[in-house]
Amino acid sequence: MSEFIQYTLQGLAAGGFYALSALGLAVIFGVLGVVNFSHGACYMLGAVISAVLLGELHVGFWVALVVVPILMFGFGVLMERLLVRWLLALDPLYNFLLTFGLTLILVEAVKQRYGVSGLPYEVPAGLTGQVSIGSVNLSTYAIFACLFSVVVCVAVGLLLTKTRIGMIVRASTEAPERTRALGINVGRWVTPVFGFGIALAGLAGVLAAPTRAITAEMGSNFIIILFAVVVIGGLGSILGAVVAGFLVGLVEAYGIAYAPTYAQIVIFVLMALVVLVRPSGLFGREEVA
Amino acid sequence: MSEQMTAKVDVDLAQPSILSRRNPLRYVMLLAGLAVVVMLPYWIYPPVAMDILCWGLFAISVDLLLGFTGLLSFGHAAFWGGSAYCTGLIATHWGVPFPVAVLGGAVFSMLIAWPIGYLSVRRTGIYFAMVTLAFAQMLYFIANQARDLTGGENGLQGIPRNFFGIELVETDPFYFYYVGAVLILIGILLAWRVVNSPFGRVLTAVRDNPARARALGYDVERYKITVFVISAGLAGLAGGVFAVSHQFASLQELMWTTSGKVVLVTVLGGIGTLWGGLVGAGVVVTLEDFLASSGFEGIGLITGTIFVVIVLLFRHGIWGTGRNVLRRYVLERRQRSRD
Repeated sequence: MSEFIQYTLQGLAAGGFYALSALGLAVIFGVLGVVNFSHGACYMLGAVISAVLLGELHVGFWVALVVVPILMFGFGVLMERLLVRWLLALDPLYNFLLTFGLTLILVEAVKQRYGVSGLPYEVPAGLTGQVSIGSVNLSTYAIFACLFSVVVCVAVGLLLTKTRIGMIVRASTEAPERTRALGINVGRWVTPVFGFGIALAGLAGVLAAPTRAITAEMGSNFIIILFAVVVIGGLGSILGAVVAGFLVGLVEAYGIAYAPTYAQIVIFVLMALVVLVRPSGLFGREEVA
Repeated sequence: MSEQMTAKVDVDLAQPSILSRRNPLRYVMLLAGLAVVVMLPYWIYPPVAMDILCWGLFAISVDLLLGFTGLLSFGHAAFWGGSAYCTGLIATHWGVPFPVAVLGGAVFSMLIAWPIGYLSVRRTGIYFAMVTLAFAQMLYFIANQARDLTGGENGLQGIPRNFFGIELVETDPFYFYYVGAVLILIGILLAWRVVNSPFGRVLTAVRDNPARARALGYDVERYKITVFVISAGLAGLAGGVFAVSHQFASLQELMWTTSGKVVLVTVLGGIGTLWGGLVGAGVVVTLEDFLASSGFEGIGLITGTIFVVIVLLFRHGIWGTGRNVLRRYVLERRQRSRD
């Protein structure tokens, strides 16, 4: 039983990375209609930048947790202004391909600069060791990562549902024409939303840094699982992205624990089942096809 | 939603040719193309020439879906790599002549394409790309786990090139090229036949207006699955020849980067042009060969940049741009002769 709780916690911690990134992916898709292939690369950049901050500038985890998302926000703004913007009027496939090309560039650039072996990153002081609850030993950092992701997801959820900014963003997602007619400058929100989505991926990268091997390739598999996550949750749905993120994290953790050979495959079987039974995803709206 | 999306594609997909069926220029171009295929191994290293043809057919199989049916498959590595392994296994264990093994590989690709296609066509547009990508990755993991069969990270080595005991073909890449080229040309001919058939016309109807195609009584999903399976078979044919040519099948062939690379080749050649795939393959394969032989390591930087640039500035691709120039020229001349 104690093992099971440990696996659950590991799953929830990993699920937190998926949930945060999927949330970013969903917000970007909602407002811009863009599926950002480079989301995995942005997650990787988040982790690499925190490792570089620690290794070369001796800037610790807590500062990185604030600084890296801001840097990634800037990166996202640049990316939207310089590249993504020009293809917004066209079929979303073009931006999918554009961000795919960008992924190749980012991964290769990091590989050339920092090599293929992992960058070192230690669990920050204060979060090392384990917490014992009864007979169960749980890693302090995993608990922190899990709680932190939940808090951020809830905060973003509240931002989107309870504030005026959130209302504008949701309105621009659902009915851009009508929102314009009400005198709201929809175009103004496109760039910040894109940057915000990228910042979430970067944040997930910072959180993952102490527990994962930080390499140029760390986002490659991540993005594909992220796609499975949003297909399971329903790409248009914010709630779906978060729930499916934690769900996939759990499935993956149980898979690694009980059937290591099939751990990765189970996620895709789950996705196949969802596509078969409910093509629009668990929380997605029906597609007009 | 998807209907609006496909309507926004600014590339003039798969339009009927400006040249009439009897126009001599068509035959001249066809003959010139065949001449290039025949002369290629004289100009460049024969295995590289073989790679160009394999990637060309692979890109054509993707174009069949992307340009003629409006479906972006981002998981075609599954069929290319799946067939590479299957061809290798058949050739190694049964010792049959390699074209038979390649055929076996292509059939295997079509068999796995059916369930994948069945599930994937339930989603359209960008979702289709994501779902196919995920399924291809699933196959990658399976191949990685089934070490006894696939050799895991070492790959499948020493695939024999049996060809009815004709030693020249079996050992010399120069002569092997011509046998491989025949297989690839058969594949291209099949793709051309599919596009220029009543079935192909229905596909374009499905691409341009699925709701209307459905209203006219066509089972849209079934057409999509059928073309998906055909496309997988062609990708499998290409992958099989590729594996026999290199006498090696590796996990690289199943990786998502391979799926991405073939889409790059297709877009560079020109979406919806069919022949563009061969041109795109010629450019990408020779470029990669040149970069690798000159010791340049960051190939991803170059391919990534090409991707970004063509998507931003050169969406018609090489063949598409050429066709547009020709069309403008012909139309102007017709206009002038009328005046």
